[in-house]
Amino acid sequence: MKIGYLAIPVAVVCGSLMTAGQVAQAPVGTLKIVSSLPRTGSANAQTNTIVNGIRLAIDECGGQIDGWKIEYQDMDDASPQRGNWDPTVEAQNANSAAKDKSCVAYIGTFNSGAAKVAMPILNRAGLVMVSPANTYPGLTKPGQGEANEPAVYRPTGKVNYFRIVPTDDLQGVYAANWAKELGVTKVFILNDRELYGKGISGVFRKQAEKLGIEIVGFEEIDSKAANYRSLVTKVKAKNPDLVYFAGTTQTNGGQIGKDLRSGGFEGMYMVPDGCFERAFIEAGGAENLNGRTYVTFGGLPPEKLTGKGAEFCSSYRSKFGADPEAYAVYGYEAARVILAGIANAKTKDRAGILAAVAATTDFDGVLGKWSFDADGDTSSQVMSGQIVRGGEFEFVKVLGK
Amino acid sequence: MLDLDVFLQQLITGLSNGMIIALIAIGYTMVYGIIELINFAHGDVFMLGAFLALTLVGALGIEAWGPSGQVAGVAVLLVGSALFCGSLNWSLDRCAYRSLRKSSKLSLLVSAIGCSFICMNLGLFWGGVPMEVFAGGNAAAAPKDFPALIPQVNLLGDGFLRITPADLLVWAVTIPLMIGLTIMVKRTRLGRAMRAVAQDPVAASLMGIPVDRVIGATFFIGGALGGFASVVYSLYNNTIGFQMGTRAGMDAFTAAVLGGIGSLPGAVLGGLTIGCVRAMSDQYLELRWTNTIVFCILVLILIFRPNGLLGATRREKV
Repeated sequence: MKIGYLAIPVAVVCGSLMTAGQVAQAPVGTLKIVSSLPRTGSANAQTNTIVNGIRLAIDECGGQIDGWKIEYQDMDDASPQRGNWDPTVEAQNANSAAKDKSCVAYIGTFNSGAAKVAMPILNRAGLVMVSPANTYPGLTKPGQGEANEPAVYRPTGKVNYFRIVPTDDLQGVYAANWAKELGVTKVFILNDRELYGKGISGVFRKQAEKLGIEIVGFEEIDSKAANYRSLVTKVKAKNPDLVYFAGTTQTNGGQIGKDLRSGGFEGMYMVPDGCFERAFIEAGGAENLNGRTYVTFGGLPPEKLTGKGAEFCSSYRSKFGADPEAYAVYGYEAARVILAGIANAKTKDRAGILAAVAATTDFDGVLGKWSFDADGDTSSQVMSGQIVRGGEFEFVKVLGK
Repeated sequence: MLDLDVFLQQLITGLSNGMIIALIAIGYTMVYGIIELINFAHGDVFMLGAFLALTLVGALGIEAWGPSGQVAGVAVLLVGSALFCGSLNWSLDRCAYRSLRKSSKLSLLVSAIGCSFICMNLGLFWGGVPMEVFAGGNAAAAPKDFPALIPQVNLLGDGFLRITPADLLVWAVTIPLMIGLTIMVKRTRLGRAMRAVAQDPVAASLMGIPVDRVIGATFFIGGALGGFASVVYSLYNNTIGFQMGTRAGMDAFTAAVLGGIGSLPGAVLGGLTIGCVRAMSDQYLELRWTNTIVFCILVLILIFRPNGLLGATRREKV
């Protein structure tokens, strides 16, 4: 009986300890989200803001969901030797994420070429991958790229790759439509020989032909060349109204803009979203690009967002003390769609979270209401056109719907 | 606009690009001529020269010096970068190569590749210097805009054909340097000593020539030409980056081999050939074939003239 008297206070103490434990909610476990983006090199300014967007989304849910602690790791897929994304590093990142048991989601990549490397690895691991920036159509859409695309990225046959930006088959079309509106009758098309540039230049060319714009030249440039003066002479001899370069800042979009000016080309210059970053204006020189350089982008610039998007911009500003760059909102949205997936998942493991993310419909996001289709593409098709003026991108109009 | 205009314009572009390549190529060919080393670090020494030039532009505020002051500023940059690159190249020889003179040529070559990586990474750090000219140093690896101190306007009015002050700068710097260098090697005491060391270092030292000092001087002169080239390159292209040395170095090395490595006029001829072939291939073929064409020409020339266009047949040293 003596024991009985003792047992009561012990039980009470134990009981109160347990209640205290439930209030503080000791995490049930840890779920890890990783991102793999080019953190070294000229894309750094863009990826900084994507990473900030991801951190903001995780902070907003208090770093935990249903008692699971959310951890985040920021991986770099660039190497200093290339100053750009590197296939070897991307493969390492994907493999380490696949091996890490606690990792349940992979945000990335920035470059479409890098996605080609990571996708099959993550597909075998059954890990959900959400890209904030890949726009090459072949990654998801059958019949848009090579014959074996996108099956080659899905060795298990299941879709694990999703993206929240509209693809280049839309961007190329809208860019060509915009060129027509700007009164272009003759265009000279360039690409950077990369997956992204080749894809978008092909789409642009097709649409331009359809609209009756004469294509006076189509060239694949050497993205490591010191200058493009002889190219500019060739362009000038053909006398186009517009030079369209399908490429990125890293593949010398800025230098071409500079050489077009110093070579005496008077017409317009248009580039896709791979050049929609401050580094493009810095590399090309604000004066050289001023008032003649048009940039398309698969979404709206931060200051044009409304509702949830505007809320995002103001909380971004107050947290990081700077304006978000164009892709910040996509980093944020990618993280949010994953966090929502984690919250909705029946089992908090890779398969459960993948199924929940794949089932995303009418997601109430900063980019409006959108869903993922069966291929993993977003239903959102909003694009915008910008012009470079006074060293800044100036919003001109909404392209598409 | 005539077809002739297009051809002449490509010739001008080709010559300007070719002269910059030639200036760098001379650095390769001089060092090879005297110690049979392909100094892979040369392209990266050239790159660091461009970074020094941009730093000077920012530190001295050369952009605000007004049109005539900017010309004086360019002179400051030329002298500054030439001295810097010359000294850097000399130090590489002193620290990395001199102690390996008696080792196999392969260790020398590997150590040159190492020096190249060290210099390239220095450039990467340098790009992160928080100066306004480096865009605040935010993205170290990003290409940097080099201010157009020499304007890129057409001196021939509004016609199709363009010659800009930047073109003239390239020629005005390169041609006198090449003539001066040829005279120096042919006529001066140092030039004669260099030729003697190139022919036979042992015999040269027996005749009282300070071989190491002559080799050091060769490195200095080669580097200084790289320094001149870096300023000219920066003012012509208006963009620099830490990786620019790799491509420029490869073009220059190809030019040196094409012209006959070890031969000064050969390096110049090689550079001009590559510049013009590039421009003509860009114009009359497609851009994507340009690199292929350049190397096909190199292969063809080496098949029929294994020592390059102007290379002397020399016996392999034992």
